[in-house]
Amino acid sequence: MDKTREITLTVNGESVTARVPVRMNLVDFLRNELELTGSHVGCEHGVCGACTLLMDGRTTRACLTLAVQADGAEVVTVEGLAASGRSAALARAFTERNALQCGFCTPGMLASAVTWVEGGGSAERDAIRAHISGNYCRCTGYQSIVDAIADVAGSKAEDAA
Amino acid sequence: MTGPLSELDRPNSYIGRAVPRADAARLLAGRGKYLDDIRLPRMLHAVFVRSPHAHARIKAIDTEAARAMPGVAAVYTGAEIAEHCTPWVGVLSHLAGLRSPPQHSVAVDVARWQGEPVAVVLARSRAEAEDAADLVDVDYEELPPVLDAEAALEPDSPRIHEGYDSNLAWERKVDVGDIDTAFAAPGVTVVERTFRFGRHTGVTLEARGTVCDYDPGEGVLTMHYSGQAPHMLQVILSRHLGMAEENVRVVSGDVGGSFGIKVHTYGDEIACAALSKMLERPVKFVADRQESFLTDIHARDHVVKARMGVDAEGRIVGIDMDDITGIGPYSMYPRTSAIECNQVLNLTGAPYMMENYRARGRVVFQNKTLMCQYRAVGHPIAMAVCDGLLEDVARATGRDPVELRRLNLMPDDGYPRASASGMKLADLSHQKTLEKLVELMDYDALRRDQEEARARGVLRGIGLCSMVEVTNPSPAFYGIGGAPIASQDGATCRLDAGGALHVSSSVTEQGQGTNAILAQIAADRFGVPIERVKVTTGDTATVPYGGGTWASRGAGIGGEAMLLAADALKHQVLEVAAALLQAEAGVLDIRNGTVVDATTGAERIALSDLARTVYYRGNELPPDLKPELIATRHYRVTDFPFVFTNGAMATHVEVDAETGFVKVLGFWVVEDCGTVINPMLVDEQVRGGVVQGIGGALYEECLYDEEGQLLTATMADYLVPMAAEMPDIEVAHVETPTSTSVLGAKGAGEAGTGGAPAALLNAVNDALAPLGASIWQQPMTPERVLRAMGRL
Repeated sequence: MDKTREITLTVNGESVTARVPVRMNLVDFLRNELELTGSHVGCEHGVCGACTLLMDGRTTRACLTLAVQADGAEVVTVEGLAASGRSAALARAFTERNALQCGFCTPGMLASAVTWVEGGGSAERDAIRAHISGNYCRCTGYQSIVDAIADVAGSKAEDAA
Repeated sequence: MTGPLSELDRPNSYIGRAVPRADAARLLAGRGKYLDDIRLPRMLHAVFVRSPHAHARIKAIDTEAARAMPGVAAVYTGAEIAEHCTPWVGVLSHLAGLRSPPQHSVAVDVARWQGEPVAVVLARSRAEAEDAADLVDVDYEELPPVLDAEAALEPDSPRIHEGYDSNLAWERKVDVGDIDTAFAAPGVTVVERTFRFGRHTGVTLEARGTVCDYDPGEGVLTMHYSGQAPHMLQVILSRHLGMAEENVRVVSGDVGGSFGIKVHTYGDEIACAALSKMLERPVKFVADRQESFLTDIHARDHVVKARMGVDAEGRIVGIDMDDITGIGPYSMYPRTSAIECNQVLNLTGAPYMMENYRARGRVVFQNKTLMCQYRAVGHPIAMAVCDGLLEDVARATGRDPVELRRLNLMPDDGYPRASASGMKLADLSHQKTLEKLVELMDYDALRRDQEEARARGVLRGIGLCSMVEVTNPSPAFYGIGGAPIASQDGATCRLDAGGALHVSSSVTEQGQGTNAILAQIAADRFGVPIERVKVTTGDTATVPYGGGTWASRGAGIGGEAMLLAADALKHQVLEVAAALLQAEAGVLDIRNGTVVDATTGAERIALSDLARTVYYRGNELPPDLKPELIATRHYRVTDFPFVFTNGAMATHVEVDAETGFVKVLGFWVVEDCGTVINPMLVDEQVRGGVVQGIGGALYEECLYDEEGQLLTATMADYLVPMAAEMPDIEVAHVETPTSTSVLGAKGAGEAGTGGAPAALLNAVNDALAPLGASIWQQPMTPERVLRAMGRL
């Protein structure tokens, strides 16, 4: 029995076609086949959030998603967020607030932050804390990450006003 | 802004400023280079077969079916690997009497904890190696597991190691003054408690791993690893693989969290080095999360019976304690698993004046994962015991815990002095930090809030901790005992032809911002814009020789070495400039990348012009001038075994009387780490440390069943703090520079983790006090809180 399938998906704006083992998860496909190593593998069981990316606009655990499930989907990784400028304001705020130490959680954290900011999320700290509670950070204590997201959400709200 | 110019107003003033990290942009773009991002040609993936039993004899291993699987290159048992890799023994000579038997990288005859590697499969892909590993058939004879550290000391307990008369690895006693007489004196109130501290672990978000690459042409092994001490590992690989040290290169790239977890010798990683040499191919191993929980070192695991006595005026007369700590089946190599207990005995009571101190520590073998040094080694135990008893005695005698601290903390003008345990202390500020903390948290207002809450039947509590932190260790920590761990560190500063500085250091970066502060120090002392400083760390082939980053030593030791190197290079460059400009070196200075007249600031020659003249047009130099545009300096702490820092912290909690859940309402820290090089980095280090301390005090625990099976081997079972349940943490500083260095910096990385558990213990007990209840076990889970309240 053939245990592979051909898939076609868009990754960071580029169309990709590949034959993949059906058991291969999306994060392994991105890291090992496409050499997009920005998405990180922290727990491989959907808890830590290090592999979080955007699939069809929604934050998705790439370790709990099979590559074949991404057939036809539009996937955006941290590399795509950076290259397109979508994460630029957050990246500035994360730098200014020192909202990262080792940086391993950062790609997943940015994906979650992008959906918060783009979805019109407020600068309210408790709400931001709740929103990023699917992303573990073991270094910072979270406060600086909340600060950074609140900075961007706050200035976006000001711009809109 | 008005007012006099300060040090921070001069050009290239970076020390003390919140300079953002240069490497943040790279990490934020997904361009980090972590261990698992490395792929080499013909690389094989190693997957280890691990013991499912806590204690079992390996009778036979059948690898035939695994070898026949697709993609498999080789399968080896522990015995086969042992022919290429000698076992190690985790003892140090200055911990007299510590014993531990030889430990193989992969178990040979007996597996002594669940998760110990017994065989390894190497295949083209990790998936194929995992498929094959399932088919390795190991015939085990189960042996009785020894799990509880107290029971392990019973005479009839099964023994873990043949030839040992007991499961005791080490014992230490301290006896200063006369505690029995002191406690028996009239008017002395004595409180006694038994503290239990569960096991927890670091949960680095990036798991441990290695890519080992042996080049048979040159006979050189390159080990890429995610770790904290490359030079230490170089020596260890050399010793146990039988290679010359110079033929081993260890490289640590981006490290996704370490916290002390990644400073030890792990059998699976060392085995990969042996396998790469055996197969003459690169070998990669990356632990999965279950392997991390089963094999990363665990921390704590203490049962402490302790007493404190205070006299009628409230002065502490002494502490008497007995600590039993379980360390797993071996003492970890090469730092040993006795250091934590040793630190508990050294540090308990160290912030306070007392004449009498008696302590006994016993370090015990058991069939669990190895226990060893994790962030804030021994500190959370020592602080929770002393400050837990202090606030207990405050309640027993009707005193305010802040008043009791004011009375007993060492005075700020009373240094140098020694703690009751004999630790040399200097440049501390306990009284000042306590007063600043009381102000920062608005202690009186919080007490009023608590009264008001109590009147409504809401259980709120306030808890404090005054602490010391061991930082900047001298050779007395490890080197004196025979460990191949450098206590000095080196830094090199090189002026390149374009006028930029290239600096390198033997301390390492794991996210703290080591590289950032090294650049700050070099730019500040030498006199260039920080953008013109490039930093290299983490590679034994290119950086000066040194110890790496652990025990809060990166800034204090590595930073001082960088300062000395930058100063030396500046001196050298000014000599060249003086020759070129026919001026006296003493009237020149370097500012913003230009040699200037020191008095007027007038530009004399750009550094790039100077360097290009030296490098390209040496014919223009006086023939007797021998320019050196590179300088290296090393630094070690002398006169003190450690440079202690101090801090005070407090928390405000609410205990849900129905669920037992503890909510942290507020947390405040006043830290004195001496000179603050980068307040933004230090504050976030402190906060991160506090959050790990909160984790250990409230959530995190490695739980075993009665067979020695780890019950918390997934992230769904082992709880780490998440953003939603963490409070904002206010951080303030008192700066008492250490007089041991020019820079004056002490460490700051561990204070939060060391002190937060004590503050939380005190706050929860303060909340429970109206019920006459108290809790002395961490983590303080809802179930345990309810039991303490008599509601379960």
